[in-house]
Amino acid sequence: MSDKTLTLALMDPPYESANSTTALRIVSAALKKGINVNVFAYEGAVNLPFKDQAPHANPVKGTTVEEEDHPTTKTFVASLLEIGKGSPLLTWMNCGLCVDERGAGNAVDGVKRGGPADFLRMAQESTNTLVIPTK
Amino acid sequence: MASRKEYYNMANYVFIESRDPFESRDTGFVADTATALKRGDNEVTVFLVQNGVLACRNNAAASRLPQMAKAGITLLADDFSVSERGIQPAEMTPGVRRSSIEALVDLLVRENTKAIWH
Repeated sequence: MSDKTLTLALMDPPYESANSTTALRIVSAALKKGINVNVFAYEGAVNLPFKDQAPHANPVKGTTVEEEDHPTTKTFVASLLEIGKGSPLLTWMNCGLCVDERGAGNAVDGVKRGGPADFLRMAQESTNTLVIPTK
Repeated sequence: MASRKEYYNMANYVFIESRDPFESRDTGFVADTATALKRGDNEVTVFLVQNGVLACRNNAAASRLPQMAKAGITLLADDFSVSERGIQPAEMTPGVRRSSIEALVDLLVRENTKAIWH
């Protein structure tokens, strides 16, 4: 178990940018190395763990929901929170005001609510901080 | 006696370049800044990810990667992004090494490291 902590700030909403995929890969890789991770989700990124996301069928190809096996970001975030529920620890914090604006309060279990002051504290207490802004 | 690096408090810089240089002309900012920091005797790495890896094809004539390699900057390309875009090892610009997201994490948690996403 490492004594290091990496903080990420994310801003992109799900299903729009490869940034989200890369961010989740970084979180996964860090947890596998035993590194604690903080995620501060800001603006559209608060929708990444939104619980009401639903996988869909593909009427063009005629495939069912099960056949399509469409990945949702809420599932990825929930899996990462499961991996990071102890040591190493993943703290996923959604910006509260961003959540309220978007009606995105129904998040997967384990997601916390906070504000920019929490991001500052996370950054101050971390080994390093990476901000992944929108383009 | 403190080394020159310690005396001047030089740092490790990790630039994460996610943008395609043929779509985003401001990728020149990363090349210019990374080169200037390297000239200042800092350790500088540019990690290419997503469409940023499109610059590492040999035939990418407008790429700034050869200049950065010549300046002594460490150039790494995310293997996942490289594979997704069908870039073969033989096609890659000399000086760019295939790397991984795990290696990026190792770079990010080094002491005295500043990380810049572009």
